[in-house]
This record gives sequence, structure tokens and C-alpha cells, in this order.
Amino acid sequence: MTKRTEKVLMPLIAVFLGFLLGSIIVISTGRSPVSMFSAMIRAVTGIDLVNGMSFNPRYIGEFIIQSMPIILTGLAFAFASRTGLFSIGAEGQLMVGSLAATAVSLLVVAPAAVHVPLVLLAALLAGALWGGIPGLLKARFNVHEVVVTIMMNYIAFHLNNFTILNVFGSVDRVKTAFFPQSALLKDPMLESLTNGSRLNWGFVPVILALLAFSFIINKTTFGYSLRAVGYNKEAARYAGMKVNRNIILSMMIAGAFAGLAGAVITNGTFNFGRALPASEGYGFDGIAVALVGANEASGILFAGLLFGMLKAAQPLMQSQGIPKEIVGIIQASIVLFVAMQYGIKMILDKLASKKNASAEGGQE
Amino acid sequence: MKATLILEMFPIALMFASPIIIAALGGLFSERSGIVNIALEGIMMVGGFAAASVTVLLEPSTPLAPWIGLLVGIAAGIAMSLLHAFASINLKANQVISGTALNILAGGVTIYLSQIIFHQQRTRSFSNGIQKMTVPGLSKIPLLGKMFFIENYPTFYIAVALVLITWFLVYKTPFGLRMRSCGEHPQAAASMGINVAGMRYIGVLASGALAGLAGGVMVLTADIQYTIMSIHGTGFIALASLVFGRWNPFGVLAAGLFFGFSTALSFYAKDITFLAKLPSEFFYMLPYIFTIVALIFFAGKSVGPKAAGEIYDSGKR
Repeated sequence: MTKRTEKVLMPLIAVFLGFLLGSIIVISTGRSPVSMFSAMIRAVTGIDLVNGMSFNPRYIGEFIIQSMPIILTGLAFAFASRTGLFSIGAEGQLMVGSLAATAVSLLVVAPAAVHVPLVLLAALLAGALWGGIPGLLKARFNVHEVVVTIMMNYIAFHLNNFTILNVFGSVDRVKTAFFPQSALLKDPMLESLTNGSRLNWGFVPVILALLAFSFIINKTTFGYSLRAVGYNKEAARYAGMKVNRNIILSMMIAGAFAGLAGAVITNGTFNFGRALPASEGYGFDGIAVALVGANEASGILFAGLLFGMLKAAQPLMQSQGIPKEIVGIIQASIVLFVAMQYGIKMILDKLASKKNASAEGGQE
Repeated sequence: MKATLILEMFPIALMFASPIIIAALGGLFSERSGIVNIALEGIMMVGGFAAASVTVLLEPSTPLAPWIGLLVGIAAGIAMSLLHAFASINLKANQVISGTALNILAGGVTIYLSQIIFHQQRTRSFSNGIQKMTVPGLSKIPLLGKMFFIENYPTFYIAVALVLITWFLVYKTPFGLRMRSCGEHPQAAASMGINVAGMRYIGVLASGALAGLAGGVMVLTADIQYTIMSIHGTGFIALASLVFGRWNPFGVLAAGLFFGFSTALSFYAKDITFLAKLPSEFFYMLPYIFTIVALIFFAGKSVGPKAAGEIYDSGKR
């Protein structure tokens, strides 16, 4: 097996096994996997296979908006990963991003052509700052980024709730005042095109982010030195690369992707800032997306759409009598199978060598 | 601040501290044996769900239901950690990824089963969790009696007992020495004939048992049912306590008490003049901020197990 096919094949096997396990669980708890898969198909295509092939484009719109933030958090995890860092911090970076987006939306008065870019920029910078802190601690004190980013997530979560509730003021202890029209990514045209879904222009920053990721990592000297640090820190240092600077910058860029996701959610999916009862798991979704996408932009796009489809199918499954949490189970098992790929590889190699052995045996 | 207020805070602070301490001890076993376990949160969720469900279902037939619930919580935690052990020891999976998968899995599995068993997004509520108790005799001791032995949950005593047991096992027995050597330098341990994989299995399964117990303790003392919000990050606070307590049982006890009190303080802050102005979110943030500060402080000193998180390669020098 070549490295390249292995990189594509392994996640596909993991996805297949995840769906298989999910189906087994659905069957063993007395539900029908057919309705589970038809819910998924309906979430992507808008076509209801079970009840008379009716078509509703609203589902397609909802499917896309579910995919957008997790593609961005996937890019965040993957970018740090390419530099050999393990950042679990996308969740918190996303929250400070949405907080910054809320602040700029409510406090700045500007025409849309200025306001929207300002919102996105603020979210991006806030995420970069939040990601930069664990980066700095890693570079300066060699503090492990996993624990720090987890802690930063909770700090961001409480900071967000505090600011929303006490600074911007909420009507109902849940959300701020509505944002002015000029700050929104929403567009009545996109909404009516998809029969009243929440589809918005958020996909533009998502596509730009995918392109930026691919460009920085693959086409720039900077990206090359980031990857070099990821492969072998000491060798990179010996080759004269600025390892510490790369670690900080990599965490900042990763944070920027996640921060942007915050703006896409607050100013696209919603039009107000939100105090949250619990974190919403976009960061963990991003880890799953990046792992399945093998830390490549193209892979992350597909994996993001896959998991976005699963999220969008949740209400449809629930209405079919399948507990929507099956999606979490499928997602977790896919991640687990990706983590177990060494074992899967061993099994595949064993099968391959058996095949070879029997082929050789035949020749004699 | 009145002294009575501090005394009043004790039962509630100890209630919050107990699951933190127990789960952190779980993390200690796992990391001392060389396997990072960030799935403490997820295992606590599964343990809490199992304990709550069993309590609800057995309540009509036996008054011991919550205690049976805790045992089932332990079993569920062990089952969950078995996945982590298999993935990270046998299949050499990245331990953080495997832990992340378990954390996602826990939210899915517990609510999925709630829907199947109870037809709702949470378990049914139990009428009696674990009851508070006053220790006869000890409660008469001046001051200390009021702090620790009047109207407290017995789960705190379990937590303290587990701290002592862990300390003894990990630091005073040949078994503990062998386990720690697997977390420091597994190749060296293997050369002395220690079964590294076996030791690590014990470490991870112990973490599953303890985190499962912690989840059960938390739900059966601080809650009336299991919901997706029941554990709300306590597993990560336990992870923080492990770091803050320098991977040492008594350190873990102190850190757990500290975080328990900071949680309790957020409830009482409005009664304390110089704290009343601070928002409750401030207190929620404290454990996390302190942990980061502690990490910076420990930086460069070899505090944690050296090989924790590394994939074991028996051929490496």
C-alpha cells in the first residue's frame, strides 16, 4: 500500500466501520437503520425517499450551515497538527471569536461593506489571540498545549457568558439585542432560494479559509518550515528555523480559523450574541473532521460536509423515532477507528500477505 | 466574612470536592502507568448515567439502590476505559485522540440510552440519592467536627480513604514502583522484566473504575437525575487537579478541596461583602486559570510522569 492510498483509504475504512457500528446499535435497540439512512439522504439532497419523493431545498441549506463552522474548526485543529501541536482549543477560540463578532456588531456603526469585514476580522483576531496564549506558553515554558487549551476553553466559555450577560445585557439571560442588518452574513435571497433555511454568506469565508490553509501549508516557505517543525522539532531548529516563533504563529493561525467560525455562527446562523448553558462541541467536531480529513484542506472539506450532514440529519432521525444521539455515537466511533488505524493496517497487511502467500503457493 | 458562613460552606464544598478528587486519582493511576487519559469527563458521564439509572430502577425494591448504583457506575467506567486501554496500548493509538473519541461517545451513548430506557433526554429522577450523615462521636470534636463530620455526604470519606489507598499502593508497594517505572521509562521497566502493557492496563482500568465512581458520586449527591449537563466539565477539573496536585495523591486531595471550595464560594459570594461584586463566572473560571498558572510554575521541573502520552515502542533506546 502506498502512503497516498493509505491516507485516503484509512479514513474511508474508519467512516465505513463507524456507520456499520451505528447501524448495529440502531438495530439492536429495535429501531430501523433504513430510516436512519433515509434521514441522512434527505438532509443532503432535500429528497424524502420514504414519503413520496417530496423535495424541500430547505434541508440542503441547513446541511450547508451545519458544515460551515466545523470545517473551520477542522482547519484549526489540522493547522496546529501540521506543526506537531495538539490543540483542543478550537472550542474556546470559537467562543471568543463569536464574542468579538458580537462586540463589533453591536458597538460599531458602519455600512455593510465595512461592517461585515470588520466583524470577520475581529473574530479572526480574537481567535488568534486566544490560540496564541497556549502557543506562547508552549514556546516559552514548554507547557503542554493539550491541558492549556482545555483550560482555555472553559475560561472562554465563562468569559463569553459573563460578557454577554453583564456587558451587552441580555433580554432573557440567553441572547443579546439583535444585530443591525449591516453586520449580518444573512441574505433574504439565499434564504428564499432554499425555502427559508438559514443559509448565509458564511460559506465565502469558509472557502477562503480552505484556500488559505492549503496555500500556506503547501505553497509557502513559512508553511514548509511549519511542517518541518511538525516532523522533527530538533532537526528544524538545527536547520536554522525559528521553532518557537513557528509554534506561536501556528497556534495563532489555527485560532484565527476557529475564531472565524464564531463569527459565521453568530452573524450567519443567528443574528445575536448568545450566552450558552454548555459548550456546543464545535471544537470536538473539528477534531473529528480534521482526523477524517487527514489534515488536508480537501479532506477537511469532505469530512466537514460528512459530519455536517450527520448534524443536519439529527432532527429528521428524531422525528423517525431514532434517538438523535446516534450521530454522536457514530462520530465518536469514526474518531476511535481513525485512532486505531495502526491496528486496522496490521489486519490489512496480514490479509495482503496471506493473499500473496497463496498466490506464490499457486505458482510452485 | 463571618466564621459561621465558612462552616456553612463545608458540606457543599466537600460535596463538590469528592468527585473531583476521586476522578483525579483515576487520572493519577493512568498517567503514572504512562497513559494520558483525557476521557475522565466522558467516563464520569457514563458512570453517572449508569448510577442514576440503576438507582431509579432499583429504588422501589431496595433502600441500597444508590450504593448498587455506584457499583454499576464503577463497572460502566471500567468498560468504557477498556476501549481506551485497547486502543492506546494494543493498537498504539494516539492517547489524546482516543480520549477525545470517548468524550464524544459518552454524550451520545448516555442520552441515546436515556431515550431508549426512559423515553426522554435524561434519566428519570430518583427520589433518594446518597444521604447525608453525621458521624457519631467524631462530630463532637470542636470545630473539626462541625467542618467534616456533621451533615456531610459519606462520599467524601470514601474520597479521603481512596487518597490514602492510592498513596500506599503507588508509593509504598512494589506494585506501585513497577507501575510508576512504566510511566517514567517503559523500556527500562521492560528490561527489568516488568510487563509494561499489563501495568498500563491496570492503570487505565483503575482510572475507569475511579472516574466511573466519581460520576456516580457526583450525580447521586449533587443532582436529582442524570442529564447531559450533570458532569459539566468536572472531569476536566479533575484533570486540572491532577496537574495542580503535581501527580501526587495528597496534592490531588488539596487541589480537589481547593476547587471544591472555589465552586462553593460562587454560591456564597453574594453574602460576602468583598466578593459580592465579583460575577459568579469569575469563580467558575478560577480552577482553569490556576491550573495554567501552576503549569507555568512547574515548567522545566520534572513533575509529571515522563513517558505519559508517548506511544510505547519496545525497541526504542
